Amino acid sequence: MSQKNRLQSGGRIDRSKAMTFSYNGRQYKGYQGDTVASALLANGVDIVGRSFKYSRPRGLVTAGADEPNGILQMGATEATQVPNVRATQQELFDGLVCSATNGWPNAESDMMSILGKVGGKMMPPGFYYKTFMYPQSMWETYEKVIRKAAGFGRSPLENDPDEYDSVNQHCDLMVVGAGPAGLMAALTAARSGARVIIADEQNEFGGHLLSSRERIGGKSAADWVASIVEELASFPDVLMLPRSTVNGYHDHNFLTIHERRTDHIADKAPSGQVRQRMHRVRAHWVVLATGAQERPLVFAHNDVPGCMVASAVSTYINRYGVVPGKQLVLMTTNDGAYQTALDWADAGREVVAVVDTRANPQGELIEAVRKRGIKVITGSAVIEVSGKKRVSGVTVAGIDAKGEKVTGKAHSLLSCDTVASSGGWSPVVHLSCHAGSRPEWRDDIIGFVPGPTVQKQLIAGGITGTYALDKVLAEGAKAGQEATKRLGLTVADVQLPNVRNLREGKPMALFHVPHTKPTSRAPKQFVDYQNDVTAAGIELATREGFESIEHVKRYTAMGFGTDQGKLGNINGMAITAKVLGKTIPETGTTVFRPNYTPITFGAIAGRNCDELFDPKRFSAMHKWHVENGAKFEDVGQWKRPWYFPKAGETMQQSLDRECKATRESVGILDASTLGKIDIQGKDAREFLSRVYTNAWAKLGVGKCRYGLMCKEDGMVFDDGVTSCLGENHFLMTTTTGGAAGVLEWLELYHQTEWPELEVFFTSVTDHWATMTISGPNSRKLLAELTDIDLDKDGFKFMDWRAGTVAGVPARVFRISFTGELSFEINVQANYGLHVWEKLFEHGAKYNLTPYGTETMHILRAEKGFIIAGQDTDGSVHPFDLGMGWCVGNNKPFSYIGKRGMAREDCVRPNRKQLVGLKTKDPKVVLPEGAQAVADPKQAIPMDMLGHVTSSYWSANLGHSIAMGFVKGGLERMGESVYYPLADGRVIEAEICSPIFLDPKGERQNV
Amino acid sequence: MLHIYCPHCREHREEEEFHVKGQAHIARPLDPESCTDKEWGEYLFFRKNPRGIHHEIWYHSTGCRKFFNVTRDTVSYEIKEVYKIGEQPQVVAKG
Repeated sequence: MSQKNRLQSGGRIDRSKAMTFSYNGRQYKGYQGDTVASALLANGVDIVGRSFKYSRPRGLVTAGADEPNGILQMGATEATQVPNVRATQQELFDGLVCSATNGWPNAESDMMSILGKVGGKMMPPGFYYKTFMYPQSMWETYEKVIRKAAGFGRSPLENDPDEYDSVNQHCDLMVVGAGPAGLMAALTAARSGARVIIADEQNEFGGHLLSSRERIGGKSAADWVASIVEELASFPDVLMLPRSTVNGYHDHNFLTIHERRTDHIADKAPSGQVRQRMHRVRAHWVVLATGAQERPLVFAHNDVPGCMVASAVSTYINRYGVVPGKQLVLMTTNDGAYQTALDWADAGREVVAVVDTRANPQGELIEAVRKRGIKVITGSAVIEVSGKKRVSGVTVAGIDAKGEKVTGKAHSLLSCDTVASSGGWSPVVHLSCHAGSRPEWRDDIIGFVPGPTVQKQLIAGGITGTYALDKVLAEGAKAGQEATKRLGLTVADVQLPNVRNLREGKPMALFHVPHTKPTSRAPKQFVDYQNDVTAAGIELATREGFESIEHVKRYTAMGFGTDQGKLGNINGMAITAKVLGKTIPETGTTVFRPNYTPITFGAIAGRNCDELFDPKRFSAMHKWHVENGAKFEDVGQWKRPWYFPKAGETMQQSLDRECKATRESVGILDASTLGKIDIQGKDAREFLSRVYTNAWAKLGVGKCRYGLMCKEDGMVFDDGVTSCLGENHFLMTTTTGGAAGVLEWLELYHQTEWPELEVFFTSVTDHWATMTISGPNSRKLLAELTDIDLDKDGFKFMDWRAGTVAGVPARVFRISFTGELSFEINVQANYGLHVWEKLFEHGAKYNLTPYGTETMHILRAEKGFIIAGQDTDGSVHPFDLGMGWCVGNNKPFSYIGKRGMAREDCVRPNRKQLVGLKTKDPKVVLPEGAQAVADPKQAIPMDMLGHVTSSYWSANLGHSIAMGFVKGGLERMGESVYYPLADGRVIEAEICSPIFLDPKGERQNV
Repeated sequence: MLHIYCPHCREHREEEEFHVKGQAHIARPLDPESCTDKEWGEYLFFRKNPRGIHHEIWYHSTGCRKFFNVTRDTVSYEIKEVYKIGEQPQVVAKG
């Protein structure tokens, strides 16, 4: 297909660089400098999608970020698919592959349109709520069909091959938008010595000047822009970011910028280059110079391809050398849009008429249009468009001065293929709303401007409702000066360039063009193209009682598309206001949230993928575990050996072997991950007795003690062994997952409640490698490697000794989590692997068996030892656990948890208490989490008595073992409870002591 | 994302370095045993949820590991002041 709408000259495209691209499977040609949208228009492609609900053909409406219809699915391969790319913002490159997001089998001949025609009348606002509510069970089925039919693109099914990253930036001044105001602000600040970042979403700086034929300071607008850009580039402290959308303006002047570095070059980033980058900017001051977006007018069939906003038509002509049609009808409420008629005529095509909604427009541009012999029809409006896949004509009718009704009959039918409309401009207030500021309505400019803000924010140019170029430039310079001043810098001199100053007439506040029929009976008048929201739909919503603008928005889905209602929201609010008989400020506005335009997940994730997503922590012996076939379990960030299967073993077989070997001879566990906190200071002992429930006053040097830690409510949150290393020196161990939380807890109480105590906390978790040898042969094994006297009376249970192990300085703790004779060897982490390997060298004759967390869990459960976080859940106190022995009642200080445990609810009878559970059928293992009931035949909902917290097969005992909570369980020994399961089985279990093995504790005391 | 001045480090740092620990100036009763269940319950569970000025404790968890107080506006998220534990706020809610 030839580029039939391409002009021979003009525009910012390079006609010597032709490019081929594929759209909906067909090949087209365009030029360097095109967007996909401009290239499609050059090739005469009218239809770029099908509408969301009614499946009507849709064409391009704008030339920028506000485009609702031209939404692309990009990507030449599955891995490089990107949904929701606006054709108006995607630069063309050779080999680009894209397709329309909506429409099946394709946008041109869409199957859904048949459904749309039928469905149209059946799909009023709230259709989904009203129709798909019943039966509820069918929703999942409905949803799939609805989503497929709605289809706003799809995500790739393969991994993204590109790299993304993020950069933290700091600057004095962040200028958002590089149009005339932004450039002047940046220039002023830069000359004054400020560190400036200026970002713009377009590929070049200049904003709307890129589409303009104005002259600035005697130069073409483009040349003026080039001269400013050149000067900005000469400052070392100015960072210029084109193709960079400031997507979010967050609290305390924090902005996020989405920079697209290679999306304009190729489908996949060239080797060694980052595709997109997220700049995280903390700015002292911000100038928002985001400009304004033109509003289309709402009239019947205003969505037929060929209907565009006026300024977009000018942009395609002036910037891309594309005239998107042959015969133009322009409808406007203001003077500015007349420029589009001039641009169209200068491109050598026919302007059929300018239809001005005002009765007596006066202004220099109007005079210029009239002078060219172009027909200007005043006091009238285009009330309806004819044509299906392209505009074929318009009906023009006179309207009253308020724009509320058609006066007389629709008098003329004009033949044309393009309708440009302008209802005025809406300042781009989006960013100013992000931190909570509400925009304010201004009648004089017929638009919302940024409201009061706590941000260090200045605004300049179109965003303030100032559209005359001379004033825009002046505001930009002023904002730059103001920012410079507030930064405490000396303001440099900046001359304002001379520009043409046009005499303009007053614009008319018109949003919704009246029709001869009432809105509900008139042909569809679209407000939000992307979500198919019509004026009639908004009227219906208000009739049904949705009067708050936030409710209208949700009920009609206005502004819910990927364009966030950039084009339609103000018109929708105006229509709502009109129906309710209120003013626009009374009706209010919805606010905008980040992001301004859709952003890829890649840019959000940056480098935080795969191994960089979350740090992994490994013990010093990790290499050995890997080499010896360990299966790993994640405990927090730690990779802990879970079990060590031998060839051909199932997990259960492996666990059975590890459990038996430990109790029969000796096993070894890597316990390095347990949290270790070094506590020093003359008040360390006092501090411990305040945070633990038990007594610490008399714990001598060389001794260890188990402690429970509670929160102020009396509930257990961590446990562990703390050893007295010296009179004022202790080593606390915590659970693996609780280490950081416990340290913070200790610091909180020390710093905020008891700063008078002299005590210091240091995390030493990573400093030590810890290996626990456990089992009847553990003493014999250790004796071969240590100089410590292991005599059972000299080195008692709950003692620790310093010495060497395998020639390395070590602390050996005689503590036990298995109930066996046990030694916990701590050496400096760097020696960990050496000592571990030495133990295996000497341990072979004792069948030294490595075990992981699962066997550790089984062995401790055989002994009824709890695991904080598994057998506790923040709702159980020590007495609930049957651990009243660990609560000191005679401590002088009211330790944390003491008062909490004494609360009425904590001392009432029938609390859930931790007990052992023996299944009637010893082979059956209760599922953890199973709920206990007294009577399995009780009607649902049953009274639940508690749940299973720990449950295992015990190879040592030859039957299953479990622990769990049962209401009043400690008083119900020997009674049966029942566990009804989801699969219909009911497991009966007898309540028993949780200590299944060696209740007298003889094995650990040998 | 908030930009928080740590009075111990004496620098502004990103919110990512901090944890918020809730309402400030809730002293642990000196004699918990003499508290009624109601008083203890109020100490434990009841917190203000003001619209506007709020005094809260922050923890510079990946920095100096010190706790300090922040006076923050819960509507605008402005930080009005920071001050050390044991000090009193200069900015307080009216009325």
